[in-house]
Amino acid sequence: MTVSSPPASPRSGRFPRVATVGLSGLLVQFSDRLDEAANRAALAFRAAIDVEAWEGVAETATSLTSTFLRFDPLQLAPDDLSARVTTLLASRDWSAADLPQRRRRWRVPVAFGGEAGPQLDEVAGLVGLSPEDAAAQITAQPVRVQTIGFAPGQPYLGTLPEAWDIPRQTDLTPMVPQGALVVAIRQLIVFSNATQTGWRQIGLTGFRCFRPDAAAPFALNAGDDIQFTPVSADVLHRMIEDDPEGMGGATVEALS
Amino acid sequence: MSADSRSITVDSIGPGVTIQDGGRPGLLSVGLSRGGAADVAALREGAVLLGQSADLAALELAGMGGKFRASCDLRLALTGAPMVATLEGQPLRWNAAHHWPAGTQLSIGAARTGVYGYLHLGGGLDTPLVLGARSAHLAGGVGRPVAAGDTLPVGPDPNLSAPAQYLPVPDRCSGGVLRIVASAQTDLFTQAERARFTATVFTRDPRGNRQGVRLAFDGAPFAVEGGLNILSEIVVPGDVQVTGDGSPFVLLGECQTTGGYPRIGTVLPVDLPRVAQAAPGTALQFQFVSLAEGLAITRAADAATARLSGQLARLIRDPHDIRDLLSYQLIGGVTAGHELNEEPPKP
Repeated sequence: MTVSSPPASPRSGRFPRVATVGLSGLLVQFSDRLDEAANRAALAFRAAIDVEAWEGVAETATSLTSTFLRFDPLQLAPDDLSARVTTLLASRDWSAADLPQRRRRWRVPVAFGGEAGPQLDEVAGLVGLSPEDAAAQITAQPVRVQTIGFAPGQPYLGTLPEAWDIPRQTDLTPMVPQGALVVAIRQLIVFSNATQTGWRQIGLTGFRCFRPDAAAPFALNAGDDIQFTPVSADVLHRMIEDDPEGMGGATVEALS
Repeated sequence: MSADSRSITVDSIGPGVTIQDGGRPGLLSVGLSRGGAADVAALREGAVLLGQSADLAALELAGMGGKFRASCDLRLALTGAPMVATLEGQPLRWNAAHHWPAGTQLSIGAARTGVYGYLHLGGGLDTPLVLGARSAHLAGGVGRPVAAGDTLPVGPDPNLSAPAQYLPVPDRCSGGVLRIVASAQTDLFTQAERARFTATVFTRDPRGNRQGVRLAFDGAPFAVEGGLNILSEIVVPGDVQVTGDGSPFVLLGECQTTGGYPRIGTVLPVDLPRVAQAAPGTALQFQFVSLAEGLAITRAADAATARLSGQLARLIRDPHDIRDLLSYQLIGGVTAGHELNEEPPKP
């Protein structure tokens, strides 16, 4: 609900939209559909909130097109926070914001098809390409970490070309492994943990997005790029064996 | 084991027992939900009973306990879902702190009602911190269930000689009415659908865990106008998702951090332990309150929590005194366990 309205209020079609989530959450939505500009706005607005460092704001996060604030409502009244957020929102055009500072480019080896990507052929059919060309499109250019979420360190990557707007499966795959590269709705995910999913698995990486005991447990940040590099399944397995750190042969460099 | 090491060893244990503390707030942006004790009120009660910080870690017993042995003289407290507990065969009162002599075996059975029981130690469980906490977060891949044969280190206890105490606590294991506030997606549901939602008596479905619980009900599936095509957003514990089959699913502390199902509202944090402690079949209902009412309820609950330690009562039936009591009860023909585990009075 909007902060100052009763729950019965009609939904406003205008963005950005500010709404409470529970007692201690505030959601700032820049779009209700996946949109590059809204994604950049969410990232930039989160960074701006972090700079403000308002007393009572406990943490901030982003989803694909929203910024989320968790706050202590007994310390900072929801109406007060909402007013501050609205003022900050009006201070500039957030959809024209640059990507976050200190971005990095990761190069992550991936094996496509076969056991490493049992649904590559099916996905290629849906996209209208041969399996080889489908894999080549994934590796043709970097994809950006649009958000981290669902599971620890897990990246949602995009945006893929229009032809990749394929729905999730209605029947879930019972289990895909840690490191699986899956696709749906013009996005890729590298799974942090083995899981059941409605996304289709086209490849496998040895990249562990979350390493709880490592000095840097969460590898990726929203805003980072990933350039997937194709390798054979044999090469990937050697890379995994040779890399107890769980990088799976990945390398990283600064972008800005 | 060296003489000065403080620990407990696990002789046997039920499935899904984990170490839990207050969890890891602050990691939403990297996809890790807070996690921590499913019944945070029980965590605080254990801390009050032992006169120590609520940040210390305890064992969360998921419906079933186990057998544990003390390496040295310890104190323990039992809170949350009441379970049958004995020390060397002698019944221990629930919602109470007790002395646990070196070498003796503590046995904790199945929950009599509710789901999550807690075994707290004076000094807390002192396992290594991972990302700032000791909680297992199994859904996120942090830690593992406690297993038979494990030795769990216990921190120093400056109050080892404190008297055994008892704390009267309100029942959280019988379901009831959950207060919810409207949330960012509540108005996706029509007024009529929301009215039907609050008029429905749900029961806790067998499907559920520390990530959340599914609710069963008689009637048509709940639905939003325009279907389920919602972009994933940050979700928080207490959110009531309406999943693909039209059933409500209440998220708990170990939930995923994002979700694409429409959410009809958010349960107040103060009522969330009653969701976690609702065993399958327990009746639950929802009642919308305004944000202002929700905050007032939270303030009152915080004040009540701050007063908890004033309600501690000296427990006369310490294990040291128990033998005579047992013989008395046996003579009287009363089951000893019943007498010692009677429900506490309502505060």
